[in-house]
Amino acid sequence: MKSKLKKMDILVTGVGGQGVVLASDIIGEAALTAGFDVKKTDTLGMAQRGGSVVSHVRLAERVWSPLIKEGEVDLLLAFEKLEAARWSHYLKKNAVAIINSYEQPPLSVSLGQEKYLTDDEIVAALKRRTDKIYIIEGNKKAQELGNVRTVNILMLGCLAAFAPLETGVWKSTISKRLPERLREINLKAFDVGRKEIEGVRIGKS
Amino acid sequence: MKKTLQLLSGNESLALGAYHAGVQVASAYPGTPSTEILENLSRFKDIYAEWSTNEKVAMEVGMGAAYTGARAMVSMKHVGLNVASDPFMAASITGIVGGLVVVTADDPQIHSSQNEQDNRHYARLAKVPMLEPTDSQDVYDLMGYAFDISEEFDTPVLVRTTTRIAHSKSVVDVKKSRKVKNPQPAFLFNKQKYVMLPVYALPRHAEVEKRMVRLAEYCETFPMNQIFWNKKKIGVVTSGVAYQYAREVFPEASFLKLGMTWPLPQQMIKGFAAQVERLIVVEELDPFLQDNIKSMGIEVSGKEFIPLVGELNTRIVTESSAGAGLLPESEKGEIIPPASGLARRPPLLCPGCPHTGIYFTLNTIGQRSKLLESDKPQEPKLIITGDIGCYTLGAYPPLNVLDTTACMGAGIGQALGMEKAGVKSKIVAVIGDSTFLHSGITGLVNAVYNEGHITILILDNRTTAMTGHQEHPGTGISAQGKETYAVDIESLCRGIGVKDIKVVNAFDLKALRSGLRDSLGREEVSVIIVRGACAMQVRKREHPRKVDVEKCNQCGICLKLGCPAIQSKDGRVFIEPTLCAGDICTICEQLCPQKAIGV
Repeated sequence: MKSKLKKMDILVTGVGGQGVVLASDIIGEAALTAGFDVKKTDTLGMAQRGGSVVSHVRLAERVWSPLIKEGEVDLLLAFEKLEAARWSHYLKKNAVAIINSYEQPPLSVSLGQEKYLTDDEIVAALKRRTDKIYIIEGNKKAQELGNVRTVNILMLGCLAAFAPLETGVWKSTISKRLPERLREINLKAFDVGRKEIEGVRIGKS
Repeated sequence: MKKTLQLLSGNESLALGAYHAGVQVASAYPGTPSTEILENLSRFKDIYAEWSTNEKVAMEVGMGAAYTGARAMVSMKHVGLNVASDPFMAASITGIVGGLVVVTADDPQIHSSQNEQDNRHYARLAKVPMLEPTDSQDVYDLMGYAFDISEEFDTPVLVRTTTRIAHSKSVVDVKKSRKVKNPQPAFLFNKQKYVMLPVYALPRHAEVEKRMVRLAEYCETFPMNQIFWNKKKIGVVTSGVAYQYAREVFPEASFLKLGMTWPLPQQMIKGFAAQVERLIVVEELDPFLQDNIKSMGIEVSGKEFIPLVGELNTRIVTESSAGAGLLPESEKGEIIPPASGLARRPPLLCPGCPHTGIYFTLNTIGQRSKLLESDKPQEPKLIITGDIGCYTLGAYPPLNVLDTTACMGAGIGQALGMEKAGVKSKIVAVIGDSTFLHSGITGLVNAVYNEGHITILILDNRTTAMTGHQEHPGTGISAQGKETYAVDIESLCRGIGVKDIKVVNAFDLKALRSGLRDSLGREEVSVIIVRGACAMQVRKREHPRKVDVEKCNQCGICLKLGCPAIQSKDGRVFIEPTLCAGDICTICEQLCPQKAIGV
């Protein structure tokens, strides 16, 4: 069975408070259940809330470095679109980039000292590496479900379409990691994400 | 999947490894990246785990416990070992009875610290054995050895991790279960061992030297010093997370992976070196292994091409090794630069943070924004010495309220030093509640005793916030959730001899301004306790504030609070309702000159 396993290097990014660490934990735990060797590491710096957050998750038969090398990321999952551009140089050629269209302007933008990239500029940054860009209205969809905080699990649903893991494994891992009162809505969010990714055209810009 | 496999962070694994190794007493002061070790241990109700007031006290608690034959562990971040170095050196010379394991979690790359310090030097300085794990499995396995070595060689054992080990998760085979070696500890009279008078200390030093000789012999056969033979063109000696990077970068090389990095297995290294064409060391920060291997008379290179500064990764190891001719240039791969024109997203004080109001007040009273307008050296009208905690983030614009940050407790002493040097500006020292109890008290005693005229702001948010909300002596809750005595900071200051003490609500802008003005005018040590709960701990977030577009004249003063909830787009200011803390804060509402902010 082991010989069939592929490797996958995943970068999950967003803004502090969006649930990046929980999402990457779930990917890691699901992959372990499926028989992969797994390493994951978060770079939070001093961010409590509002800072830039990135998690590296690596699955393979054997993983050495916990950090993914620049240019080696197979899949980028971004919960905020500026953060997607920030890590674009980590993408491998023809990698998959799944991006939440949500925009959270940094303070320097609100103060007028720096500019938030336009959608075209964000896509151009990613297109240096890949055309496989999927833009998801994650916050809107999560809001429709009744809790915007489910956006991280909804985005995991989008990722699931590309990861070598079965739906049952995802769902049991999500159930294990979330408190009972949040379980149902998050499992629903996961399904919404899985459906949503089907409807988005590859290479959309 | 095997049932015993778990995906654990280095810190989770370390706690579990120590628990299974039979640790009975654990003490720590929170500090990134070490905090989660004690957090995880405190959940086991069959051990004693405490947050100590600081690392020095934690070390003394660990020593005391180990003297009775109990297994004890003390954990801290790298700079914590500076604080604890006095009792640490003492524990080295007295030795122990029960195993004493000291964990130092270093922070290469300075993810969340004030310096980049390689604590492996402490092992050599203190003449104690040191273990270094390369991933969570190693962490788990090493803990059993750590306690055993400590007892067998009558010495504290240093376990050194780094941020990338402590905060990375990897798969751990949790094979063991808890065994307690000495369930009824007892202290036995032995003044030659424990009373370090000169007459007893000198013979103890001789014992330490004998211990090092025995350890040097032992490490030659230590099971976690391992050789992995492959091609013999390049031989890599490495430890810690650097091992993982090197294994990935040099798939064809032979490896000597050191689980024990002090003392070093001289014969093993010599034997390995003799078999390979070229010997290199891949290590983070200082050339600790390299210099010590060189002193054995072995030809070795490493820091000639591997950087001294910052943490390593596979790209850095690849590029530097290719530069040194160890890899073909083609191995570097095609690297593209980061996208340009990206707005930075530095960490900020949270919406509803109790530090925002006092920091805005300091900014305006001290005319701090003027300091950013010119490149010429300027003397601040109000000098503000800082400390270590969330409130250090006030150094960033737009608040710009800190002139210094050195180490815990330093701000108060620095403020007095500036005053005694004769500066003309007023001086304020800013410190948090947990930090004040950690090491601010002695500075305050000193300022009162030496008749300072400084103002000390104790930002009391009732928690150790930056490391993730740990309890401390001021909260009255123990690490294991027990209600205990809460130290009253106001009475403490009064007892020290401070006459002017004010307690001000952190969310009352007017009171903050008048309180600060009053204190700055005084010819005595003045303490203002700025009290307000950490926003992250307040669950109730009602009535997010809104900007009335009719009334707002876009003056932008609310943006100068640096609150992440207050944003502006296309010249229009708005408050993001999902971020605003609402009723608990209202600082922007109090500030708005147009009364344009409300419910």
